[in-house]
Amino acid sequence: MQDAITVSNLSKKFDISKLKKETQFREALVNFAKRAVFRGRDVKEEIWALKNVSFKVEKGEIVGIVGRNGAGKSTLLKILSKITYPTSGRIDIQGRVGSLLEVGTGFHWELSGRENIYLNGSILGMKKKEVKSKLDAIVDFAEVERFLDTPIKYYSSGMRLKLGFSVAAHLDTDVLFVDEVLAVGDVAFQKKCLDTMKDLRNSGRTVIFVSHTMSTVENLCPRVLWFDRGELRQDGRSADVIQHYVSQFGETEPDTKFDLTEVPKRQGTGTIRYTGIEFLTPGGQPKKQIYCGDGLKVRLHYVVNEPISKPEFYFNLKTDTGLRVATFGTALSGHEIRTLFPGTGYIDVDIGLLPLLPDRYYLNLWINTCDLLITEHDTNHDGLENAATIEIKAPDPDRSGNDLEDRWGLSKKGIDKWWGATFVPCKWNFDGLNDTGKSVENA
Amino acid sequence: MNGAQRIGKNPAKEYGPLSAKPSIAARFGFVKEVWQYRELFYFFILRDIKVRYKQTVLGALWAVIQPFATMIVFTIFFGKFAKMPSEGVPYPVFSYSALVPWTFFSAAVGSSGNSLIGNSELLTKVYFPRFAIPASAALSGLMDFFIASIILFGIMIYYSIPLSWNLLLWPVLVIPLIILSLGLGMVFSSLNVKYRDIKYTIPFIIQILLFVTPIIYPISILPEKYQRISAINPLTGIIEAFRATVIPDKHIDFVLLSFSIAVSLVIFFLGLAYFRNTEKEFADIV
Repeated sequence: MQDAITVSNLSKKFDISKLKKETQFREALVNFAKRAVFRGRDVKEEIWALKNVSFKVEKGEIVGIVGRNGAGKSTLLKILSKITYPTSGRIDIQGRVGSLLEVGTGFHWELSGRENIYLNGSILGMKKKEVKSKLDAIVDFAEVERFLDTPIKYYSSGMRLKLGFSVAAHLDTDVLFVDEVLAVGDVAFQKKCLDTMKDLRNSGRTVIFVSHTMSTVENLCPRVLWFDRGELRQDGRSADVIQHYVSQFGETEPDTKFDLTEVPKRQGTGTIRYTGIEFLTPGGQPKKQIYCGDGLKVRLHYVVNEPISKPEFYFNLKTDTGLRVATFGTALSGHEIRTLFPGTGYIDVDIGLLPLLPDRYYLNLWINTCDLLITEHDTNHDGLENAATIEIKAPDPDRSGNDLEDRWGLSKKGIDKWWGATFVPCKWNFDGLNDTGKSVENA
Repeated sequence: MNGAQRIGKNPAKEYGPLSAKPSIAARFGFVKEVWQYRELFYFFILRDIKVRYKQTVLGALWAVIQPFATMIVFTIFFGKFAKMPSEGVPYPVFSYSALVPWTFFSAAVGSSGNSLIGNSELLTKVYFPRFAIPASAALSGLMDFFIASIILFGIMIYYSIPLSWNLLLWPVLVIPLIILSLGLGMVFSSLNVKYRDIKYTIPFIIQILLFVTPIIYPISILPEKYQRISAINPLTGIIEAFRATVIPDKHIDFVLLSFSIAVSLVIFFLGLAYFRNTEKEFADIV
């Protein structure tokens, strides 16, 4: 069989010291002068997002990639898609390549559905002719006929996701890289998306699929690669690899503490940085299980590198489809923090009650200072995307450990048409029930 | 099967091997790749134009107002009060004929200079030749240029300026102007990814250029020595040539124009080289 993808000794290094410093031209000039005068050596902080990765994928194979956050999955996908470049190593790919790292890349809200289909299609690498011939199918699949000439800013977020997936689903390439972007929208559409993914298996195309959902990976991919801290840890039949992976990390035990010191890609000036985030009970103990309606204390650890006045700490919660659910910020609550001096510290935010539906939520964290008089804009000092995840479980009224996940239904988790947008805590009272305590047969 | 056919026709050429070091072939492949993605350029330009005209209340009128309003202000202050010489035509014609290309240039440099950071979402999520972003940002100003040029035609008729065959060169001269603005736009946009304060220096540089280029004044008011220094600025030759196509008694200085085009080409290729050298890092640092 012909190899569609050959990856040999692929490595990718992120030089954090380089990313942290010199985001301003004047800083670069000052540092250049300093280096010239003092001959000071820069301390290099390097992270290998991928280390000596080699594998081959045969034509027509569907390969899943699993691994924890920061294991190098996304980096690998980005290198394969030519978005970012490897530090060393080599990739050979045979055939036309398409990659879906996000749904609706490049959508412009002012443009109509039709205009966005053409724009998005050509960004994904389709020819105009190709889009034209598939337009009806795309529109049909996305269920947006009536709004085809309406600017998508008037679409619901669900409609935009459907449109994005629909364009992507019609991308006809020999090799396809997919990040976990499928299964968007309402339940009926999710099924359609999964069916499309299943169809890929019979299309003879080569697919690499990154996912967090083990059941989907096991369903779709006969072969799985497990990445751990940038290295290819296991490559084999999906059942074997997933079993190993799950037994190692126990999917049911979510992280309560995230180390943020070694995150390769972050934004901002670096005057102040987040170093960690913890999920605690209101009493300050690590919180292992978080249920809908629970109270939660979030602790944000930081390090100050240079004195900074009036920093504003923020974080938000997003669903895996990118929908922003809530934003928390010291300034949003009306607090003004005075100057912080070099050193470390932490701040806590007590969330009285989490009105979130059972799902996995992703956290973005950032720190700004608002100096409107000087720059017209907020200055960003630190910014982290998807820095931590929070797993919210179905409500458990008596803390008995009864698993109610089945009741909520695995496919219906999170914010959707079916369950609504929020979880509203409530207490049922059965005093007025006219039951006799017996079941029908016994009555 | 459709896919299999493609493999047969184009074995690996649409992707090619990717390794840490670019091969010589990869460098020549650039032109070919840009050609392959020509439709993307088209859609980017279409997007920029549509969005601009949809988002503003005045829409396409904006293209007219910008150079026209500037012309009126210049006419009042430099033409009427400062009595600036205007090479034998009314000052409004004199200044507007330079303001149309100038407006294109400043908009092109400004928008392409900020284009990469404005499209960071695209840079980190999908592959296409990065060159498409600053290039389409610069070219999307052509629509405005076209509309503003038609107004120039109207102004010339209003002031009964005889139309000469030279005017046919007007649309041709936009080519060196595009080359120059794209060269600068590529340098600024890639510097902008790395150093965020470049954003603030672009308007400043554009403002300086407005005064060192003969737009408000004719180059002839400069002493001989300064005319030669002014010629180093490639905008000088290009804008002077634009103006010469409109003013009947003015001849196109082909020596000056050729020199300006040469400088523009140098800037373009240096810009392209810098852009190509830094583009690999864009997705990592943007």
